[in-house]
Amino acid sequence: MRALDLKLFRDLWAMRGQVLAIAAVIMGGVATLVMSLSTYDSLVITRDRFYRDYRFADAFVNLKRAPESVAARLAAIPGVERVETRVRAGVKLEVEGFSDPITGLLFSLPEGAEPLLNTLHFKRGRWVQPDNADEVVVSDTFADAHRLNPGDKLSAIINGKRKALTIVGVAVSPEYVYQIAPGSMFPDFKRYGVLWMGRNALGAAYGMQGAFNNATVSLTPGTPVQDVIDRMDALLGTYGGTGAYARKDQFSNRFINEELNQLQITATIFPAIFLGVAAFLLNVVVGRLVALQREQIAILKAFGYSGLEIGGHYVKLVMLVVLLGVAGGVALGAWFGQGLSNVYMETTFRFPYLDYRLEAGVMLIALAVSAVAALSGTLFAVNRAIRLTPAEGMRAETPALYRATVFERIGLQRWLTQPTRMILRNIERRPVKSLLTVFGIACACGLMMVGNYQKGAIDFMVDVQFRQASREDLAVTFIEPTGSRALHELQAVPGIRHVEGFRDVPAILRFQHYSYRSAIYGIQPAGELHRSLNAALQPIRIPPDGVVLTDHLAREILHVKPGDLLTVEILEGSRPVRQVPVLGITKQYLGVSAYMQQDSLNALLREGNVVSGAYLGLDPGMESAVYAELHERPRVLGMIANAAAIKSFYATIGEFVLFYNMVASLLAGSIGFGVVYNSARLALSERGRELASLRVLGFTHGEIAYILLGELALLTLIAIPLGFLVGVGLCGILVLAFKNDLYRLPLIIEPSNYALGATVVVVSALVSGLLVWYRLGRLDLVAVLKTRE
Amino acid sequence: MDEASSCVSGAVSADVDRVHEHAVVGGCVFRARGLTKIYTMGEVEVPALRGIDLELAAGELVVLLGPSGSGKSTLLNILGGLDTPTSGEVWYLDHQLTGATEQDLTRFRREHVGFVFQFYNLIPSLTARENVAAVTEIAESPMRPEEALRMVGLGERLDHFPAQMSGGEQQRVAIARAIAKNPAVLLCDEPTGALDSQTGVVVLEALEKVNQTLGTLTVLITHNAGIADMANRVIRLSDGHIVDIRTNATKKAARELSW
Repeated sequence: MRALDLKLFRDLWAMRGQVLAIAAVIMGGVATLVMSLSTYDSLVITRDRFYRDYRFADAFVNLKRAPESVAARLAAIPGVERVETRVRAGVKLEVEGFSDPITGLLFSLPEGAEPLLNTLHFKRGRWVQPDNADEVVVSDTFADAHRLNPGDKLSAIINGKRKALTIVGVAVSPEYVYQIAPGSMFPDFKRYGVLWMGRNALGAAYGMQGAFNNATVSLTPGTPVQDVIDRMDALLGTYGGTGAYARKDQFSNRFINEELNQLQITATIFPAIFLGVAAFLLNVVVGRLVALQREQIAILKAFGYSGLEIGGHYVKLVMLVVLLGVAGGVALGAWFGQGLSNVYMETTFRFPYLDYRLEAGVMLIALAVSAVAALSGTLFAVNRAIRLTPAEGMRAETPALYRATVFERIGLQRWLTQPTRMILRNIERRPVKSLLTVFGIACACGLMMVGNYQKGAIDFMVDVQFRQASREDLAVTFIEPTGSRALHELQAVPGIRHVEGFRDVPAILRFQHYSYRSAIYGIQPAGELHRSLNAALQPIRIPPDGVVLTDHLAREILHVKPGDLLTVEILEGSRPVRQVPVLGITKQYLGVSAYMQQDSLNALLREGNVVSGAYLGLDPGMESAVYAELHERPRVLGMIANAAAIKSFYATIGEFVLFYNMVASLLAGSIGFGVVYNSARLALSERGRELASLRVLGFTHGEIAYILLGELALLTLIAIPLGFLVGVGLCGILVLAFKNDLYRLPLIIEPSNYALGATVVVVSALVSGLLVWYRLGRLDLVAVLKTRE
Repeated sequence: MDEASSCVSGAVSADVDRVHEHAVVGGCVFRARGLTKIYTMGEVEVPALRGIDLELAAGELVVLLGPSGSGKSTLLNILGGLDTPTSGEVWYLDHQLTGATEQDLTRFRREHVGFVFQFYNLIPSLTARENVAAVTEIAESPMRPEEALRMVGLGERLDHFPAQMSGGEQQRVAIARAIAKNPAVLLCDEPTGALDSQTGVVVLEALEKVNQTLGTLTVLITHNAGIADMANRVIRLSDGHIVDIRTNATKKAARELSW
């Protein structure tokens, strides 16, 4: 090994503590990068493979009813490759030992053949046998939530009639990787299930023999999907088609894509912070090393080493630190990535399998990004090493020039002891370094806050959504829109305290060239269960003869403001197109909707007092009785209980929250420790002689520790409020980045989250401080008498 | 303190039989008996002191003379409470330094000892006045920093930072810093080692003035024999032994020295 390389390893060993601290910060950045990118890659690969292998359709449509012969006309649309027609039935389900209402969606399977599109991946069991009327395949989430297996029984109320079913298979469909009940806000595996049964059996039970009410198509490559959708709509309009939509608008697929989008953002923002901090740390550490090694560099140059060789020497040193960090980061990131992928698989996405991949490309990206960050951070210091002329290097460095600080110049000095002046002057002499240190510590605080932000934000969303806006205990939907007499029947059910009818209708909302497929909800203007909120989250009264839109829908999607005239294309009945004025904006974090007064919507639809369902307030303790009673009513199609949905949602996200908290604490801790420990060690290295001199002069261990650690304590204290700002800023970036029509995160940060951020900073500062305190006890007092800096 | 009163007459170790013609004022400040110090460096044991007996009286100006490696710095460090001997005893007045805790030694330095270093060791972030104040703030009955600086001839440069002063000036600040707490003893390790002779003389004048006006026991290490002429006593060390103690019949003034 060359002598210079030997020096390299010895130097690294001598400053191993700092090397490890910096490597830990790089590791944090690389770990988040690798975790996010590898999970992203894995999910994309898995998704694409699953979609391809299980023939996920390109376009989807629901309709009222069309004879099977229409299928041929769909197939004849140019660009359509395959057509699959199905019967799709909303049902109520009954599982023994579970009394809450369960909503189900039942699809038909072709008799004696695999589906052409959206075919199933079986986890257990088999397909239904042809013409076997009581066999059913259930989705794995539902089966797992109820521990159902092939051979088990359940009942479904189809079209008002109870039907006993036998489970023969448990399967996953590309259409329902992410499952959520229509009208519900959160996935609830226990209370919502997707099932499949034979076409003939379902057709008979649902009154759809020889007909279909759902179709999916695949397209030949290169076909513009919108053209096909337009033709499908034209064809199916007379059959009660509610508007075809493309794969990109398919709910499960959209949710996956939003989640993947988040991962990409995570893969950008967080590594950037870590690697920026690492670059700063390397800059100061290598800068200090060069300063300490002035004489060595001068001697090497005097021996004839070129500037380039010496520069290369320090670059190598930096690269070794980077390699250490990247290696650790890749390992940690792969572990995190697998953990995150598993959490996704268990809680959110039901892919039948997961191809966890850590692509070599991801590792190369990590290495390249870290190397660039580290080298840009150290270039200045290395350049100084190269430029040093031998004669210059062998002279002692001139003492640093200090001056009185602002505090003293404004006349505060008489209250400052000399050690305190030393602290202030030292901070002020290197404002950039002090600022960067403060910023680095602040980043640790901010990162910790981001890691914990989600939980508080979700709590807030749930509170707004369920305790202020949708305050109903139960929402029931009727099989079809019905007269308001149904409400009186509900009112008569014991245990139902309050009933508010609503009318909802699917519609496409258009303004200029913007459009959005949604539903219009006609609600009670002075309802006490289901309310709209203004920006201050106060309930508002929906005005008559116009719509009130969710803020996101109005501003970001349709670009309308109150007073504009919206074109509404109703996707029901004769599909009328009407002009409706926008009358207001409402605040909503989950989903987007258009609201009208129920009367106004009825008028718009040229119908009488018709409702699609009702929001119910229940008497406490009467839930089960009401469920049981409503379950038996043939007109009631689905029931959604908010409390149960919230509970199951929290159970689901619990794992995510736990996982993110763990990752965030680990990473924020590593950054906090990396910055504080390095600052402390550098200060010790720069000022060890000064402090030892003071020890000789009679200062105690505690008194010199005050000078060194006081500076760090002051910087840490300044960093905490700044860290809060960084935290709020980072959460703000998340809020902006994750804004979509499915949900918008509120910028709400709980006090406990601030406390957590500050705690991480204080703890890492204390640990670093203790290590430095210990080192201060071992200062060599005798050496300072003899050596010069 | 049975021997304290006899410090002057009995100051000489038994093996050096000399009579002090110019008795130095004051009682015994330091008394050392059988001091040895062995440094263990890896597997090698390096003896630095091999049995030193010594007494130093208040008000004396003592020069420790010897080549490098003779043990003079080790002796000074032990007297100053920076190092502990391997065996033997050191007394400061009636306090035994050997066996004292780190805390006691810190307090001893804080209250009684002034140090002057070869490379000044000023705090770069503090001005001349503040460097002195750093020490007076933790001392019991110090003089005012300005007073100490005036004594070393720096009354005009109170608010200069170390980087704005010459080496000689910096060393005089260091002397002011050392004496400002009114220490009983001033320990100087090669105070002129980093200075040219002209500047060195100015620094020695400052030390001389302090010794004469405050009566501080001043111990000065040098390997420069020319400086020895300003001392009351010259203790010559070699190889860890005291080989000679000489009392100068006539002290030279610092400004008469040259080397």
